[in-house]
Amino acid sequence: MIRILPVLTVLLAIVAIWYVAAFALNRPWAERQLEKAGTEVTFPALLADTMAQERPVLPAPHQVAKGLWEGIAGQKITSKRSLVWHAWVTLSATLAGFAIGTAAGMLLAVGIVHSRAMDQSVMPWAVASQTVPILAIAPMVIVVMASAGVTGLLPKAIISAWLSFFPVLVGTVKGLRTPDAMQLDQMRSWNASASQVFWRLRLPSAMPYLFASLKVAIAASLVGAIVGELPAGATAGLGARLLSGSYYGQTVQIWAALFTAAALAALLVLIVGWIERVTLRRMGLDR
Amino acid sequence: MSAALPILAVWLGAWGLNSWLARFDTRASRLLVALIFGASILILWEMIVRAYDVPQVILPAPSQIATAFANNLPLLWGDFVQTILNGALSGWLIGAAAAIGTAIAIDRSPFLQRGLLPIGNFVAALPIVGIAPILVMWFGFDWQSKAAVVVVMVFFPILVNTIAGLAATDALQRDLIATWNAGYWQSLWKLRLPAALPFIFNGLKISTTLALIGAIVAEFFGSPTRGMGFRISTAVGQLDMPLVWAEIVVAALAGSAFYGIVALIEARLTFWHPSQRK
Repeated sequence: MIRILPVLTVLLAIVAIWYVAAFALNRPWAERQLEKAGTEVTFPALLADTMAQERPVLPAPHQVAKGLWEGIAGQKITSKRSLVWHAWVTLSATLAGFAIGTAAGMLLAVGIVHSRAMDQSVMPWAVASQTVPILAIAPMVIVVMASAGVTGLLPKAIISAWLSFFPVLVGTVKGLRTPDAMQLDQMRSWNASASQVFWRLRLPSAMPYLFASLKVAIAASLVGAIVGELPAGATAGLGARLLSGSYYGQTVQIWAALFTAAALAALLVLIVGWIERVTLRRMGLDR
Repeated sequence: MSAALPILAVWLGAWGLNSWLARFDTRASRLLVALIFGASILILWEMIVRAYDVPQVILPAPSQIATAFANNLPLLWGDFVQTILNGALSGWLIGAAAAIGTAIAIDRSPFLQRGLLPIGNFVAALPIVGIAPILVMWFGFDWQSKAAVVVVMVFFPILVNTIAGLAATDALQRDLIATWNAGYWQSLWKLRLPAALPFIFNGLKISTTLALIGAIVAEFFGSPTRGMGFRISTAVGQLDMPLVWAEIVVAALAGSAFYGIVALIEARLTFWHPSQRK
């Protein structure tokens, strides 16, 4: 309770501020509507209108909740208006990209730890590439792959993979290097081969670092998949929902898609965190 | 097959050279290895594109990108000013100031901190880029809406890091400054803020990339007829790939320079920190 109370208070404050902001931002439009209709502009009438506009500047929280509910529970899951279906499209690209990026990052990390030439060649570029806004090339990747005949899940997954690749690479390299000289000497004195050192010492001690970067990577994958859906042509996925909502001024739709994306991100990070806890506990590494 | 041989030769040659150089492990050799690797990637790229006649639409050669870069300098500079200086930089500055200000404002209330910290951590992991269409609607197509997206994107990482940094002093240090009769603001200014600087700069560095991403992606939702995101999406539509890649080069250079400048300021301000000592 001690931990939840402050969070709940802040959340309530945010909702309250949101309602006030929704009233303030939607008010000019509501005033004009009431004047057009010739009715007297009273506060209750204004309040009622600002809370229930068709295309509000800022939809009130309950409108977003209604949009979410209709999108998730009010449609058949296979319907194109269902947020579950759009979320699944985005999620599948996210997971595919996450799997590719994680596998590639870990493989390269193993190579880097075992080859000094690879370390000195690749690592500076990997670190430098973190400062490059990779997401900006997302539309190009989509178009290039479409012109090569590849459409659908794969182009988005590649953007996701690219974004999740670097956190995993850097985290795994750091983790695989955590065993200190004493532990490595100990393995040597047991006459352990290189693969034994890797499987029994390096990989287990890299686990905490690996999971920390996996959590970053899965969130980045989701962002990659959403941005990958932005270029024209995508009709499915949360990113496409955002884009069509912004074209047609459907603010409720944008906010509903946004909250679905947020819930998806939270869910994915929670799942990775849960796997982390279980794994580390079984390995005796939990704190 | 005949085209593959020189490509393989360059690859093996560069790799052999690097394997040999890597054994020296001095500062100069490390730099050299990285440079040789980068150069060999560029040369291989050029060779592969030419040898196999890769269509320009799929992958232009580095030389074509360089030509497009040189031919479009005024255009690229205009996009740079619009997106990086107006959108990303102003948004980053406002967002950083707001985040550090908020962290100091709630510093005296552990209750608010306990409430904001989990929410801040949660929001920092969300796909905040998605807020771009909403802010573009509110603030119009010009750079103000891009700056607003950047403000929202950089706010939470910096806030979380600053709160963590302000908690980074230990009781002994706080007791010491209290025995010197320092008030709240004195101890904040002379002890806790300097001690928080490494954390704050960590947040500032993370958010430089976020700022560029926010500014560029926000332009996909509507922008005036200039800006890097606008140029990328229209050039992609015209299949003018060398220009797209030239914009990417600009973005990469701007991102590295942005990060480098922040890191340089950090080195000047936190020279006492173990990670900065030579």
